Amino acid sequence: MHEWALAEAVITAASQIAEKEKLKEVTQVTIKVGELQQVEQDILRFALSQLKPASFKGAKFRITRAKTTLKCRVCEHMWLFKKQKLDKSTAEAIHFVPEIAHTYIKCPKCGSPDFEITEGRGIWLENIKGVR
Amino acid sequence: MVDPRTSVINERLRRISRIIAVSSGKGGVGKSLVATTLALALARKGCKVGLFDLDFTSPSTHIILGVGNAQPKEEKGIVPPVVKGLEYMSLVYYSGDYATPLRGADVSNALIELLSVTRWSELDFLVIDMPPGIGDAVLDLIRLVKRIEFLIVTTSSQLAFETVKKLVSLLQDLKVPIIGVVENMEMSNAKSIRQQTEKLGIAFLGEIPYDPKVEGAIGDETKLLDTALAQKIREIAISDYF
Repeated sequence: MHEWALAEAVITAASQIAEKEKLKEVTQVTIKVGELQQVEQDILRFALSQLKPASFKGAKFRITRAKTTLKCRVCEHMWLFKKQKLDKSTAEAIHFVPEIAHTYIKCPKCGSPDFEITEGRGIWLENIKGVR
Repeated sequence: MVDPRTSVINERLRRISRIIAVSSGKGGVGKSLVATTLALALARKGCKVGLFDLDFTSPSTHIILGVGNAQPKEEKGIVPPVVKGLEYMSLVYYSGDYATPLRGADVSNALIELLSVTRWSELDFLVIDMPPGIGDAVLDLIRLVKRIEFLIVTTSSQLAFETVKKLVSLLQDLKVPIIGVVENMEMSNAKSIRQQTEKLGIAFLGEIPYDPKVEGAIGDETKLLDTALAQKIREIAISDYF
């Protein structure tokens, strides 16, 4: 249910943008979710539908997934994050705080924990559409 | 692309009356001990208190407090468990005893994540144990937490105090409130730190004597509250500054 907290953040941020852009009604919100955080899309979508304010009544929530790319800072090896390779408690820890990946994941080539999450970390608000 | 998490942080902290970052210019000055003991002293005074360890790469408040197997609850976010009378949050719940090597951007991301998903209850004080120095955590807290106040810990060493001056200068430039400076592990009665602090226009909260009993009190809050360190911090906690 960590997704609820993230959904609240999305609604708050989208509402602030809508107010700034003087949108009377929001019609679409596009969210990008990185695989590393392993957000459950169904729960996120449900939470968004429950939390949306009146001005978001007809809004569609588009959720896109981004693969997580990791790049070793030592040997420059790049690889894709695979949840399947983690045990349940490690996957859960990374779900709560994706930076915990540095505790449990090592570069498959040189073994270093010093890598960069170049793409697909967590949740991003890509854009919102609406009418003035 | 917008990071939505930052927009919800001040809402998450809305029900907390005062948010105090216990900070230092240098490591090894006893910041975590002061932060933990201050949180316990405020709680024993009857206040509702949270303790948040933001020293991600070298956390220690969980050891000082003796957190044991406590775990946060997942309920529309993360609800910190109550440990020894304090709502307690740390990255240690997820990293365990393993090393968590984080670079600056990762520290910022982890800090934003925890600030945006942790659901504190109504608190009188949230005490934050900061990493040493003027790095990402300090800059992010100033940027993201509108009501942040700093309590600065130094030792009697001029080396430690020189770094405190830099921290004070930054906070004063940014108009961030400083509650005052605490001198930990006092070495002499020279009062040099007190005089230098007052010269900076900052409140000097007191000298904490070096107490060898503290080491044996790690992990046991009753013993910890029986030390000379706790005695002094209790005086600070009942002063007008809190």
